[in-house]
Amino acid sequence: MTTPNTPLWEVFIRSRNGLAHKHCGSLHASDATMALQAARDIFTRRGEGLSIWVVPSSAITASDPAEKGMMFEPAESKIYRHPTFYDVPEEVGHM
Amino acid sequence: MATPSILVSETPLVLYTLRRADDALILAHRLSEWCGHAPAMEEDMALSNIALDLIGQARELYAYAAAVEGRGNDEDKFAYLRDVRQYQNLLLAEQPNGDFAHTIVRQLFYSAFGDPYWRAMMASNDATLAAIAAKSEKESAYHLRHASEWVIRLGDGTEESHARAQAAIDDLWSFTGEMFAVDDGERSLIDGGTVIDPVTLKDVWLATVSRVIDEATLRLPQSDWMQQGGRSGRHSEHLGHLLSELQYMQRTFPGVSW
Repeated sequence: MTTPNTPLWEVFIRSRNGLAHKHCGSLHASDATMALQAARDIFTRRGEGLSIWVVPSSAITASDPAEKGMMFEPAESKIYRHPTFYDVPEEVGHM
Repeated sequence: MATPSILVSETPLVLYTLRRADDALILAHRLSEWCGHAPAMEEDMALSNIALDLIGQARELYAYAAAVEGRGNDEDKFAYLRDVRQYQNLLLAEQPNGDFAHTIVRQLFYSAFGDPYWRAMMASNDATLAAIAAKSEKESAYHLRHASEWVIRLGDGTEESHARAQAAIDDLWSFTGEMFAVDDGERSLIDGGTVIDPVTLKDVWLATVSRVIDEATLRLPQSDWMQQGGRSGRHSEHLGHLLSELQYMQRTFPGVSW
């Protein structure tokens, strides 16, 4: 039973060998400290992470799904933006 | 016919180890009763996680007690085939969950002891106990943080949560003295450097609990009259009911497994 006035938080976890925090879910908590504890208890039970961020869901500004034509379709026809038209030299290694 | 209880050779070290295992198992069982019933899904997971940490501690302690005893008992027999009088856990651990405030205050009282206890036990000259302590210490440090943050929010929350938190402190206070009690068998282990003297943790425990209770705008009871009996197998009426649920399956179907 979660009361409507318990804020929602987005949880980001940096994995053991990951470079960036990745969004992994959301939860309800009364404040940032409790959100961090809850994130630890819910999302790192199997050793998933070494660092946690919690962010109030209300702080996120999202794109409007109704505008996805305008927002994303123009990029689909620009295949020349993908770096697939040249060979990566061996010496560069993993990119 | 129900499976009869086992007999245990209670040398000081076996008894000491069993007592700490019993504390962990009984408190874990209490916490597990919240599974599916906690106030929010997030807390359901948190309490179950803590229960699992404690069951892990209990298993290692029971396994060690079995090895020291050397009579063919094992962790399952200790958990499932001892009667209520053979259990020697703290009375605090077996107290019913009550409302969420009672559960959290019980956890604060226990964890505020468990955290410095396991840290100190890492210096035990018994290699197995020191190793169990090293693992348990990290777990209990989090248990303490979890309970502390909740007590602060319940106490400094609404009028209702404040009243419930204060009632829980008042109800459970008299069960805290038992954590610092030592009998002759334990005294011999303390003198030998196998275990630590819990009295040395009393100031730290009181400082931790006082800090949390102060910040929560709650008050510490003044009474210093303390309950005892758990360490000699004299329990409140609650433990028998708990064990009948915990042990039902093994008592009814001896040796049954998954």
